[in-house]
Amino acid sequence: MAKIHVTTTINGDPTEFLCDPADSMLDALRGPLGLTGAKEGCGTGDCGACSITVDGRLVCSCLMLAAEAEGHEIATIEGMAEGEKLHPLQQKFLELAALQCGICTPGVLVAAKSLLERNPDPSETEVRYWLAGNLCRCTGYDKIVRAVMETAAEMREAAR
Amino acid sequence: MTDMRYLAPQTLDEAVGAYAAAAGAARILAGGTDLLVQMRSGMVKPGLIVDIKKIAEMTAVEQTADGGFRVGAAVSGAALAEHPTFGQVWPGVLEGFNLIGSTQVQGRASMGGNLCNGSPAADSVPALVAAGAVVTVQGPDGRRELKVEDVPAGPGKTNLKPGEILVSFTLPPRPKGSGDAYLRMIPRTEMDIAVVGVGVSLTLENGVCTAARVGLGAVAPTVLLVEDAAKALIGSKLDDAALDAAAAACSAACRPIDDKRGTIAYRTKVAGVLLKRTAAIAAERAKGN
Ligand SMILES: Cc1cc2nc3c(=O)[nH]c(=O)nc-3n(C[C@H](O)[C@H](O)[C@H](O)COP(=O)(O)OP(=O)(O)OC[C@H]3O[C@@H](n4cnc5c(N)ncnc54)[C@H](O)[C@@H]3O)c2cc1C
Ligand code: FES
Ligand code: FES
Repeated sequence: MAKIHVTTTINGDPTEFLCDPADSMLDALRGPLGLTGAKEGCGTGDCGACSITVDGRLVCSCLMLAAEAEGHEIATIEGMAEGEKLHPLQQKFLELAALQCGICTPGVLVAAKSLLERNPDPSETEVRYWLAGNLCRCTGYDKIVRAVMETAAEMREAAR
Repeated sequence: MTDMRYLAPQTLDEAVGAYAAAAGAARILAGGTDLLVQMRSGMVKPGLIVDIKKIAEMTAVEQTADGGFRVGAAVSGAALAEHPTFGQVWPGVLEGFNLIGSTQVQGRASMGGNLCNGSPAADSVPALVAAGAVVTVQGPDGRRELKVEDVPAGPGKTNLKPGEILVSFTLPPRPKGSGDAYLRMIPRTEMDIAVVGVGVSLTLENGVCTAARVGLGAVAPTVLLVEDAAKALIGSKLDDAALDAAAAACSAACRPIDDKRGTIAYRTKVAGVLLKRTAAIAAERAKGN
């Protein structure tokens, strides 16, 4: 079957790849693109482990066709740290042990970053609703929510 | 899924041409939050996917000359929420749409997909029915308009003809003193399927209800327009007697299924309760306008 040639931008880098028409964006990331940070928890939009942003919009990469990436800007967990320097959310998740097995963590971080870009001062309720599509079987969520709230506070402080 | 083709045409004519030519083997792709789940489970195996998001009209939100709105069929919930005025004029339509799924799902899910997927529990549909929204569809024989309530034909089925694509939703302008609202009952607080969903749109003049429409979801094979509930509200001051009559009309309209989320008796009762709560919110908003 004919492969589709896709020209896109991933984490700021112009990128080209080949995919089957039925491949999901998650398939392309984890396969030909070798970006295995996004995880497949369910493949049906329920768990958020595959979260990425497309033109700044948070989506599940399992519910997007790889071919749809054509001409768009994709951002994944791999683009979150700057070299060795972790993003404040990543740093805080480590400090507060907001992860255990870690399979949900890339998705949670991508989703949390997208929240803080829109709302630097979210309430706890806003954090919980924003992250309702990110399932975590380990932490019980409290540490995740606390880490997001504390990072937001520190980032506001740093921005003053 | 082995021999699937993918097309992302720039124009509606190309999309209609390709969709019609594939004669039933094709599927329209908007946000994919229903379609890709169904493909993955093997429930549908399209030979052709027609992605409509590169067609400008499908992703546009515009105010019409008369003060109404036209919302492209593929506009995402997140995009509509960012529109500067839509949510002020039609807060109930927006809240119904924004209840769909998680933040991630909102990034992609569209009202066109919600309606065309044909779920009786589709959350954006009751408020669109209450709003009196009309859809424009385009097919091989040109364009036509349909009322939203005339689109669903049963679970998973629509009255669109072969080759027809839903292009946009047109919402009418709002007279002064109008408000709308949508409420659903779900067993959880997030990420669940409605057991009952009620959309109410009404207009108040000096405290008297002069116009009303009620849309009812998840209690019949399709979302329903409940004219008897509207009649009970119109001409009243939304007093208890009128609300009781409207609630009874909603319960009477129910033809629900019995499942783990809710029994027939529960859904029927809740339909009436939710009508009252939703009407109260719509009335509160109407007073502010
Ligand atoms: C985790 C999760 C949670 C969800 N929660 C909810 C919820 O709470 N409430 C709810 O109502 N739904 C829910 N859904 C279902 C789904 O998100 C919605 O129905 C959504 O609105 C579908 O829109 P879409 O653009 O993604 O549709 P798509 O998947 O792209 O399309 C759906 C169907 O409609 C057809 N179609 C799409 N656009 C057109 C068009 N313009 N013309 C003709 N046919 C068209 C497609 O071919 C397909 O058959 C959920 C889904 C997921 C994955
Ligand atoms: S893998 Fe995409 S949401 Fe679970
Ligand atoms: S840390 Fe294990 S699922 Fe979240």
